[in-house]
Amino acid sequence: MQLCDFSAIELSCLIHQRKVSAVEVVESALKRIGDVDGRPGSLDGGEENIEDGQHVHAFITLTSERARATAKEIDDQLGAGNDPGPLAGVPFTVKDIFCVKRTPSTAASRILASFISPYTATAVERMLTAGAVMLGKVNLDEFTYGSSNESSAFQPSPRNPWNLSRVPGGSSGGSAVSVATGEAPLSLGTDTAGSIRQPAAFCGVVGMKPTYGRVSRYGLIAFGSSLDCPGPLARDISDTALMMNAIAGTDSRDATAASVAVPDYLSGLEKGVKGLRIGLSTDYFRITFIDPHTGEYSEISLAPEIENAVRLAAQKLKEMGAEVIENVPMPNTRYGIPAYFVISRVEAASNLHRYDGVKYGYRSPKSTADLGEMYRRSRGEGFGLQPKLRILMGMYVSAAQYSEQYYRRALKVRTLIRRDFENVFDPHGAYRLDALLTPTTPTTAFPMKAIYGDSVLMQYADQLTVPANHAGIPGISLPAGFDSDGLPIGIQLLGADFSEALLLQIGRAFEMASNNEPWRQRKPEILQKQDK
Amino acid sequence: MPKSTQKMEITREVFDHLVSLAAIQLEDEQAQYLLRELNHQLASIHELEAIPLSADLPITSNGVPYTASTKPELRNDEWQAFPAPQDIIDQAPQHEDGYIVVPDIPHTTLE
Repeated sequence: MQLCDFSAIELSCLIHQRKVSAVEVVESALKRIGDVDGRPGSLDGGEENIEDGQHVHAFITLTSERARATAKEIDDQLGAGNDPGPLAGVPFTVKDIFCVKRTPSTAASRILASFISPYTATAVERMLTAGAVMLGKVNLDEFTYGSSNESSAFQPSPRNPWNLSRVPGGSSGGSAVSVATGEAPLSLGTDTAGSIRQPAAFCGVVGMKPTYGRVSRYGLIAFGSSLDCPGPLARDISDTALMMNAIAGTDSRDATAASVAVPDYLSGLEKGVKGLRIGLSTDYFRITFIDPHTGEYSEISLAPEIENAVRLAAQKLKEMGAEVIENVPMPNTRYGIPAYFVISRVEAASNLHRYDGVKYGYRSPKSTADLGEMYRRSRGEGFGLQPKLRILMGMYVSAAQYSEQYYRRALKVRTLIRRDFENVFDPHGAYRLDALLTPTTPTTAFPMKAIYGDSVLMQYADQLTVPANHAGIPGISLPAGFDSDGLPIGIQLLGADFSEALLLQIGRAFEMASNNEPWRQRKPEILQKQDK
Repeated sequence: MPKSTQKMEITREVFDHLVSLAAIQLEDEQAQYLLRELNHQLASIHELEAIPLSADLPITSNGVPYTASTKPELRNDEWQAFPAPQDIIDQAPQHEDGYIVVPDIPHTTLE
């Protein structure tokens, strides 16, 4: 076990006690990156070779020298008797959708490949203020548009560390990979339909989507402004809580960052679950989707291995004193994706109109007769297929003649989805749940190239996570075992607005109850190779 | 990719109009993919039409409602100078003497 395999809490303690230096920790992380990451994603990455297939490719930009310099500053502060903060010397990675001053901030898109941000996102700034050391920017689906990381303009795209032929999930795939491989104990991601929780589930780590407005979006390159939530990815619940302590809270630069007091997410972690009411819903054990080729609706049950993992977790929580409530109705779950196809596209189209080749980012090098041609060429060459798809759909469903039929209808359906949650979390209602326990994903990590290109099927990977984004509520995915292919299974806890502390408490109880199970000892394929 | 048996609700004509409004130049292969996927997504969106919605059902444009106590106080509307304006100008693909340079701007006389 190397230093980089320690948890963030362990590293913070060791560094504060000066048993190890922040520089040693960063060097350990950089060595791990050198061992497992391979070449970073780049534009025009060319054909993948055999060596590419043996690495995980989490990074787009590695900021090694900055990390070393910051770590030395941390050590110097400690040497002078000052406390650099609760995350002193703890390395972290940043999804390349956050702006970081004087650092490439690409959104994994050609159109922003040359953009050097003049300012830093609040969530990143808060990590740095807490003493954490940024190692670099990690890959994602272009502008976060995807669930596999394959749409990144920066190739090779990340690979799943548990099976290198599988996707890591997305869009925070680089974040999940960097945490799962020990490149960093913490990563900052974003979740618009499941983009923290789904890759966390696929890569066997913890990922939390906080309540909308719990973490500032200032400095986040926007996708769906009413849905986007920055949040942590970590290897365990305690580290997730530690990172939430650093990043949560109101922000004068983001008018949607809610003015709600931030609790100490670490202090109540081990209160247990006695007396808590945890729900199970059959609406989360099946997915309904339309076959775009036949127009027929299909309803299929999830793989028994995934449902069993949820039920086993429920049984453990019950044995610890929780009350498990079966058959909780969540009837509008199935409408999450169709509504998302409308709402997210309208917001994406609006946000993507700003990329015009004038103020920043890509401008076509080809000669253009006038401004209009420059716009068309720059946007045509700079955007990949997935942003283009979202722009066009967003414009279509919000056009004056279709807006009532599509956009306003979707916003009303969003109300129904929100009401499903309000109904079951109502403390005076019939169910009075503290949390809903569900699978995170309909499947485990799928093979690379298996789905990419089918934009409908890819979107349905988020069917069990997107309702929380519509409703704005918090959710967390945590590892709960493996399927017969050796791929991680994630389970999800959903709670009422601003109930992150309670979700972390329940998650920690499950961790303690399953801590001695053999699957907890498994290591990702890529790390097993390193041991040989 | 199997061939779709569904009707193309977004026709090529509508598609081309959207592309023009979006100011995106496309190669034909891209256009074919995008047109097909738009129609596939629209087929999924039609599922929403089966849901009975009352006329007075409010929309939700934002998941978590803001209350008087949770709505953050707005800053005073005061001008604050950005400390490093050159860092912003430097991001423009073409600039000269602190000005951003663009190709000719077409002018149309409104009738």
